[in-house]
Amino acid sequence: MAEQMSDDDERQQSPPSDLDFTSNKARTCIVTGSVSGHTEFQSPYPDQVLGNVLENVLHFLTSRRDRNTASLVCKSWYRVEALTRSELFIGNCYAVSPARATARFTRVRALHLKGKPRFADFNLMPPDWGAHFNPWVLAFAKACPWLEKVYLKRMSVTDDDLATLAESFLGFKELVLVCCDGFGTSGLAIFVSKCRQLKVLDLIDSELSDDETDWILCFPEGESHLESLIFDCVEFPINFEALERLVARSPSLKKLRLNQYVSIGQLYRLMVQAPQLTHLGTGSFSPSEIAGQGDQEPDYVTAFAACKSLICLSGFREIIPDYLPAIYPICANLTSLNFSYANITAEQLKPIISNCHKLQVFWVLDSICDEGLQAVAATCKELRELRVFPVDAREDSDGPVSEVGFLAISEGCRKLQSILYFCQRMTNAAVIAMSRNCPDLVVFRLCIMGRHRPDHVTGEPMDDGFGAIVMNCKKLTRLAVSGLLTDKAFDYIGRYGKLVRTLSVAFAGDSDMALKYVLEGCPQLQKLEIRDSPFGDAALCSGLHHYYNMRFLWMSSCRLTHQGCQQIAHAMPRLVVEVIRSADEEEMDVCVQTLYMYRSLEGPRNDAPKFVTIL
Amino acid sequence: MERRVNYENDLNLMATELSLGLPGCGDDEPQRKTNPSIRNNKRTAPEISEVSSSESSSSITMSGSDDQDSPPPAKEQVVGWPPIRSYRKNCLQSSKRNEVEGMGMYVKVSVDGAPYLRKIDLKVYRSYPQLLKALENMFKLTIGAYSKREGYNGSDYAPTYEDKDGDWMLVGDVPWEMFISSCKRLRIMKGSEARGLGCV
Repeated sequence: MAEQMSDDDERQQSPPSDLDFTSNKARTCIVTGSVSGHTEFQSPYPDQVLGNVLENVLHFLTSRRDRNTASLVCKSWYRVEALTRSELFIGNCYAVSPARATARFTRVRALHLKGKPRFADFNLMPPDWGAHFNPWVLAFAKACPWLEKVYLKRMSVTDDDLATLAESFLGFKELVLVCCDGFGTSGLAIFVSKCRQLKVLDLIDSELSDDETDWILCFPEGESHLESLIFDCVEFPINFEALERLVARSPSLKKLRLNQYVSIGQLYRLMVQAPQLTHLGTGSFSPSEIAGQGDQEPDYVTAFAACKSLICLSGFREIIPDYLPAIYPICANLTSLNFSYANITAEQLKPIISNCHKLQVFWVLDSICDEGLQAVAATCKELRELRVFPVDAREDSDGPVSEVGFLAISEGCRKLQSILYFCQRMTNAAVIAMSRNCPDLVVFRLCIMGRHRPDHVTGEPMDDGFGAIVMNCKKLTRLAVSGLLTDKAFDYIGRYGKLVRTLSVAFAGDSDMALKYVLEGCPQLQKLEIRDSPFGDAALCSGLHHYYNMRFLWMSSCRLTHQGCQQIAHAMPRLVVEVIRSADEEEMDVCVQTLYMYRSLEGPRNDAPKFVTIL
Repeated sequence: MERRVNYENDLNLMATELSLGLPGCGDDEPQRKTNPSIRNNKRTAPEISEVSSSESSSSITMSGSDDQDSPPPAKEQVVGWPPIRSYRKNCLQSSKRNEVEGMGMYVKVSVDGAPYLRKIDLKVYRSYPQLLKALENMFKLTIGAYSKREGYNGSDYAPTYEDKDGDWMLVGDVPWEMFISSCKRLRIMKGSEARGLGCV
């Protein structure tokens, strides 16, 4: 059974880059006009025509929700849909086995797999939990040799897997690894050397090891088909000369995101080779060594001005603000700007942002303070997505941004659809104002970093603020709550959050009622992640009617017991109920540290590590 | 290029200190590998797992970190909170370390025997080796290796600096951050004169 997509999730969880890999892009298989490989009863002519027509028509169906629905109409629709599905999305790699997937979908060109749950990013799950790409690549290598695109999120990928990928799929074109780990430069080296048709290699927020293999050098000589090369997460130097030669022989290169080991001088050299770039990650944006007095510094301004197609800028990993004016020429064209690694002040931001009239996506550090946010609000009227990250990610640090900047954004950026905001203080009034000013909000994630912190003006819980969001933002599908919250907030969510698909809860609520409200009230709920909240077994039971409709439920440091989880496991055979303890805990406790449960066609997985107990 | 060291949680200034001591001696890195709330879970009854959750009732006792009545757990760093990926936390910590007030930190550099002074921007460097290499390039001389005991003994030149108090100090003794914030000017002394300093 194919999983539901969450659009908001896709868009919001990756950095502001254009992932072309969406199901909206029509990927048509070669249509032969005949239904192939059928060994069934030869139907009379009209039905055959109908089958052909169906196949042709279904090729144009791209949305996987529509496809899932179509496949339920009848057996022949099921079959034809399976034959024509070219993009396969599996939201939880354990929900279905590779064998089952490849048996049903035989002509898949693109595979999109997601593994670990999101809270694993915050060290809430011991490493080596699972989500191995290996069984998938082996199965697909045998069954779908036409596979050309693989997109993985939070999966473990080994060097061997990368080698298999390169060797088994001639004509492999795109590899995107988001939040993955388990591989190193030697795997990359084999991969790039064998994939002669490679167009996209995107390593995003992934952890890879330095086996001291020069993978950039391993790209084949001669003209390359590369359109996108993203490696800003690589935490060690690369061979710059080889990179320069690679860029010079990649005329189709549109997206290039460098890591912090590329200096601004080196960036210059690349930019003059590739003025056709649309997406650029600028690396460190500082010089590697001091330019001695009298040394000529390259003309960065001209280099940027020459990149007339540049719409997406990121990087600035070790920024020396003196170099910022270099980007003035392209500000007016920018639709996406990622300053989330650039510790700059409001004064340094203002001259840039005042020219960014077309900006739609903006990621930034709170070093710009409320004043910086006010400047954003004044200019960026087209803003759709804002993320404000903390420079100092601790609970008791000073917060340079507050409800003041938040309010300014809500008043200036009326088209806002997605916000992620880290702060130390907030008020209900500001949140209520945003719910009214920005009715198009689809994603609302507010993180008040001090746990249980109330409205800092009134001292009240933040219930009313979040209540207003679910009430007024009728398109809301993703919500993350924080601050001091009573059960009342969850009552609101259950009552009004009818479209909510993803909900993140931490240090909130008073009793089981909170979780009950949500489980009983939100019919679209797919992904629920909860930590450190006082919800127990009774609350867990109130969701039995809904768990088969969800992708997963995560609850850590709550009040669950083994008995309670056991009850759920017995009541719902198609649910995999994993109890995860920390890696150094020997025995099973009465209390459950972490519950991770998900629907699955396959039953308990056979690759679970010792610290996971499947009930 | 130095390899960055990733730590799960806190800022780790010790990692950037210039010192030739054996690794592991004299360091007091806070090791926070285990989740405090996991330890708190080891109870026989399903109780509140999170220490400060008694505050989650409607009475507002935690209005901020200045609140004297709040028990210490309010300030205790909890694993995975705030929800920022370690990679991002680490990148930001290192960029914060490099942040020095103001735009550029130009200091005069004099070399014994040279007819005129130069100026360099200390902010451009992240470590002693980088700075020393730049000085060597700029003045075409060799400074050699630093040792805690011997200073720059054995090399032709020794780099010194004038600190905030007006004293002349040997470059390399204090952590980089401290050096950056206290260095007023640099003087590269001829080896023969510098030997006196090394014997302290």
